[in-house]
Amino acid sequence: MTEAIAEQKDLALLLDYYRRMLELRLFELKVQELYRNARLPGFVHLYVGEEASGVGVCANLKPEDLIFSTHRGHGHAIAKGVPAKVALAELWGKTTGCSGGRGGSMHMYAPEYGFMGTNGIVGAPIPLATGGALSAKLRKSGQVVVGFFGDGAVNSGSFHEAVNMGSVWDLPIIYVCENNLYATEMAFSRATKNTSVASRAAAYGLPGVVVDGQDVLAVHRAAKEAIDRARSGGGPTLIECKTYRYVGHHEGDPGTDYRTKDEVEQWKKNDPIKRAAKVLLEAGLADEKKLKEVEAEVVQLMEDAVTFAENSPEPLASSVTDHVF
Amino acid sequence: MAVMTYIDAITSALREEMARDERVFMIGEDIGAMGGVFKATKGLQEEFGSARVIDSPLAEGIIISSSIGAAMAGMRPVPEIQFADFIAPAMDSIVEQAAKLRYRSAGTQTCPLTVRVCYGGGVGGGLYHSQTNTSWFIHTPGLIVVAPSSPYDAKGLLKAAIRNDDPVLFFEHKKLYRSVKEEVPAEDYTIPLMKAAVKRKGSDVTAISHGYMLQLTLQAAEKMHKEQGAEVEVIDLRTLAPLDKDTFLESVARTSRAVVVHEANRTLGIGAEISAIIAEEAFDCLDAPIARVTGPDIPAVPASPPLENFYMPSVERIVAALERTLEY
Ligand SMILES: Cc1ncc(C[n+]2csc(CCOP(=O)(O)OP(=O)(O)O)c2C)c(N)n1
Ligand SMILES: [Mg+2]
Repeated sequence: MTEAIAEQKDLALLLDYYRRMLELRLFELKVQELYRNARLPGFVHLYVGEEASGVGVCANLKPEDLIFSTHRGHGHAIAKGVPAKVALAELWGKTTGCSGGRGGSMHMYAPEYGFMGTNGIVGAPIPLATGGALSAKLRKSGQVVVGFFGDGAVNSGSFHEAVNMGSVWDLPIIYVCENNLYATEMAFSRATKNTSVASRAAAYGLPGVVVDGQDVLAVHRAAKEAIDRARSGGGPTLIECKTYRYVGHHEGDPGTDYRTKDEVEQWKKNDPIKRAAKVLLEAGLADEKKLKEVEAEVVQLMEDAVTFAENSPEPLASSVTDHVF
Repeated sequence: MAVMTYIDAITSALREEMARDERVFMIGEDIGAMGGVFKATKGLQEEFGSARVIDSPLAEGIIISSSIGAAMAGMRPVPEIQFADFIAPAMDSIVEQAAKLRYRSAGTQTCPLTVRVCYGGGVGGGLYHSQTNTSWFIHTPGLIVVAPSSPYDAKGLLKAAIRNDDPVLFFEHKKLYRSVKEEVPAEDYTIPLMKAAVKRKGSDVTAISHGYMLQLTLQAAEKMHKEQGAEVEVIDLRTLAPLDKDTFLESVARTSRAVVVHEANRTLGIGAEISAIIAEEAFDCLDAPIARVTGPDIPAVPASPPLENFYMPSVERIVAALERTLEY
């Protein structure tokens, strides 16, 4: 296949990716609005700015493939197919949420979509995903597993132990580091001397690639290659998506003490959704009207999600002892 | 004397001990420039420099294990665990190294380590920002487990912990950080570890608690006094391990009734140990069964507000247990 044809093929996916990224973005902005109006309980970490990573990876997975996600995982859940209304009901603590409302933001589980959970313990998803891939290999299920994690997690032991094991056993797994340059307020460059996550793959003998995480087609290409290789028995890949969160670490953090306004603005200029729109328009794959239509549909989807979640019942207090054994 | 919040009392204890002893240093996630997620270490990096107030990579295992090594080699580390829920990666070194160091070296090695741990529910934190896992450590001989209930105690106990030569797990309840204030002396003071305190005198029933639950127990006692004229003696354990049993045994000998209140889940919580000690050593004094008000035996505090409310022991539940015990 020549490069030009490959590019055409990728471009054909872009409108779909645009829509998916918009879903993630507008979901999070809705959550932010609800949270700021004290409608939602708990702590939330939003994915605003990082959508290309979740979409570019998950769009290449099959429904039966598994992903293990992080504390910043609403976007991963939706990208893997969890309906926005079910995710929102979970954040709202309602019985119709994917974990019956008892989990909230960092404990969303939806195995029927291959979504093996967000996770409040940083680092934990990496070894869990490795185990998921071990299961896929033992069962010869043909599934591929993705473990998502942030730059903060790669300095914990769990990363090193897991990636080594995934590599030595040729597991069908993609380790996806969403390097957004900060762990809470800790700049990655203050947490490690080797700020190339992808280069760490060399230590464990697996391919490591770095991609522009704000370019959904670049993520798509890297993910597709890694997923195809994993599915055909070629073993794991470590992908580093260079990305950025526009918002604070969690809702409530203004996100301004440890990074400059200018830095945030620079990244916003490189917004993955705006970039996709620009390419679509330039390539004549969509016009302004089409993009507006897509946006209106997604806005409506989020309004419906709010109506659904808001009108869903709260759990009975006595159900607190359900699901212990 | 100044009126201080619990968190300000902790900051001031840290500041004073850092100034007093240059072997004291701190390490933790976001504790430096940011001053910690709850701001307990605010201003300390500016004052003492980034060599003594160290922002660590996100890695609880090495935060604690390197602190233990530093303690063995002449320092007095005060690492912070941002949420008690994240301490598990450090369990190996706490349990296998720190707790057993003095014993297995026949006293040639000590471990002057104070691990500050932010714990507890009631703030809508969800499953991994709400746990009370004090019992993990209470069950490990060689560790001192402290859980202050007020600003005055927090400061005096933290200073004593830092000066102590054995490993201390210092549990700070996040709900107390800004919700209680009291007078705290400006001059240096410490409060002895391993010693309970009588926080309210009474003759009808003994209520034993600690941490945030102690505040609720005091409110329950006040309610019982106002509404029913019952006099509840309230004992604050302050240190959960090793346990000061004399203070509560002496009280139960006078009141003949005991209620234990804690937020940790019921099974093998501190209430189980206290109940056993009272049954063994004060059986003849008892006029009623010992009652426990605790968190339920469920894996974690759920996120949904009605479920979290159900988890947390409340003033109403404490009052009900006191009434049952008095009416028996
Ligand atoms: C084991 C553990 N330690 C600490 C925390 C508190 N915490 C939550 S998110 C976070 C930073 C994570 O940074 P990173 O992995 O880069 O992900 P990002 O938030 O940037 O998406 C910290 C310290 C936690 N959840 N789990
Ligand atoms: Mg990060």
